[in-house]
Amino acid sequence: MKTIMKYVVADLIRNKVIVVYAIILAVLSFSVLSIDENPAKGLLSLLNVTLLFVPLISILFATIYYFNSIEFIELLLAQPVRRNKVLLAEYAGLTISLSLAYLLGVGLPVMIISPNLAAITLLLSGFLLTLIFTAIALLIFVLFKDKTKGIGAAIAAAMFFTLLFDGLLLIFIYSFNEYPIDKAVLGITAFNPVDLARILMLLQLDVAVLMGYSGALFKKFLGTGTGSVYVVICMLFWVLLPLLLSVRVFRKKDL
Amino acid sequence: MPRLIITILFIFFAYNGNAKTIVVRADKANAIKNALAYCTDGDTVSIEKGLYKEQDILVSKRITILGKDYPVIDGVKKGQLIVVVRDSVIISGLQLQNTGRSSMTDMAAIRLQNVKSVSVINNKLVNNTYGVYLQNSHYCLVYKNTIRADAQDELNSGNGIHAWKSTHLLLQSNNISGHRDGIYFEFVTDSRILNNTSTENIRYGLHFMFSHKDVYTRNSFINNGSGVAVMYSKQVEMYYNTFRHNWGDASYAILLKEIADSKIEHNLFDKNTVGIYMEGTSRIQVLYNEFVENGWAMRVQSSCDNNVFEKNNFLSNSFDVATNGTMMLNTFNNNYWDKYDGYDLDKNKVGDVPYYPVSMYSVVTERVPTAMILYRSFLTDIMNRVEKVMPSIVPDKLKDDNPLMKSLKLR
Repeated sequence: MKTIMKYVVADLIRNKVIVVYAIILAVLSFSVLSIDENPAKGLLSLLNVTLLFVPLISILFATIYYFNSIEFIELLLAQPVRRNKVLLAEYAGLTISLSLAYLLGVGLPVMIISPNLAAITLLLSGFLLTLIFTAIALLIFVLFKDKTKGIGAAIAAAMFFTLLFDGLLLIFIYSFNEYPIDKAVLGITAFNPVDLARILMLLQLDVAVLMGYSGALFKKFLGTGTGSVYVVICMLFWVLLPLLLSVRVFRKKDL
Repeated sequence: MPRLIITILFIFFAYNGNAKTIVVRADKANAIKNALAYCTDGDTVSIEKGLYKEQDILVSKRITILGKDYPVIDGVKKGQLIVVVRDSVIISGLQLQNTGRSSMTDMAAIRLQNVKSVSVINNKLVNNTYGVYLQNSHYCLVYKNTIRADAQDELNSGNGIHAWKSTHLLLQSNNISGHRDGIYFEFVTDSRILNNTSTENIRYGLHFMFSHKDVYTRNSFINNGSGVAVMYSKQVEMYYNTFRHNWGDASYAILLKEIADSKIEHNLFDKNTVGIYMEGTSRIQVLYNEFVENGWAMRVQSSCDNNVFEKNNFLSNSFDVATNGTMMLNTFNNNYWDKYDGYDLDKNKVGDVPYYPVSMYSVVTERVPTAMILYRSFLTDIMNRVEKVMPSIVPDKLKDDNPLMKSLKLR
């Protein structure tokens, strides 16, 4: 498994896309953080970048990479290696490179310019998002045989989580406004990793008060350490579930 | 001004040949009370350094009480400390501490009761239920006092400076912290509040009701539980005050309720949950203020009318203006909004297209507070942008027709 991982990482670095991704993130972070005098605001802008681009790029790049390495995978499976090991090694190699790119690209500038708890939270949420969306890409890869369909599904998934889900949530909130839906809304956000990452980050900043202003529950639950732990656990579930599911599907898949 | 008063009083004493100075030392019980019984109008009671455990000291003569090196008058948590019932008394240089606590009477370190021209200058008030309590008093001065307590909850605590049914007061350069309300006014008119600092009070830094024609200048209200609340008053003027970090679920820099014909000018609102909250206010001029990094710079309820908001700076606020309806009878003009992205083709430093300070998302959260969970999500950004291009939900009458292109230099 380690050997396969090494090959994947080496291949990705030779590919240079990962390096370019890291450099773009670094340039973006440096410029955003140095434009604004207030580092908290710079972090908020970086949060927007993270929430929008990390899921999209992770899922798209990962899906394309999985589909492109299908011959490599088939070749490996001709050897006496277990199927799930190959699959997980592919996942691990890709995640390591993508999250390294993110942690270097965003982490270095952030840690140099404003090293604090909020910055670490930003990195944590970006890292978790990378893990989650490469896992979802893996699930898409094992579910679809056709590359075009797979990429389509990846785009749809990214759009769903970054945009559509919030729209549906807003419609839900609007229509059931008359009822005590605070708890329900909290529960529903657990179904969207992007929302979870956003909330995790906002809780570390002063603006969390604005959330508390609208509902005591948000403040009471999310404002405490338990809230952050809950969010992180939900996100870890978002990594594990697609992974386990894809391993199950891949084990029985007709290649 | 206070120095002038003292000088005049000294001149008066100089001509009053009978005036004598009585020195009080902390060697006997009830030393101060005995001295007060002995002295007559016009005398000076000079209190030497020491600890005096006395309560309910009644000042019923026209005298001056001076402390040397802040002698401590300790109420040992029983009763009040000094009660003044005679005009023109001066109390200066004392440290007054530990009044009692009672639900029947408001226990105060210094209580002025139905008097005129009393001065309370340069005292240290520590751990009292109420600091200075002015009751039906007129032309009084409270100057350079430090008033500190560590109140835990609203029920068992009192106010730093509490004034009721008084007129023509001057409160200047006092430093108040840790009380329920820093400064509390009820039925107080024609008074001036200058240069005071009111911090870390558990409820309001300044709280007044039914207090007309008062002027508040250069005060700082920082880190109070709920900021400043102003209700049911007319002709109030607030200039050059600083409202900073009144941050929490129910915090306002200023809460205005049923206020009319007032002026709020040159103030700084920095890092408050809500800068100005207005309800049922009329004809208020909000000019030359700076709103920086507030959650909401202003919440203007639609029950407000004929208010004018001009030449203010709005910088880095999460929301500039929120309102609860579509009706808007107020005027916004010539403000600087950092979120304005219009253009200025004729280069007259005024934007050519109007600015709508109420964002779509702020309308949504006003109607459905739960929607706040989507704060800073990509969806809400898109909604705001779309709404900017085609306004449909945002109250279209709430707009600044002449937004400035550059921020004003106000400080």
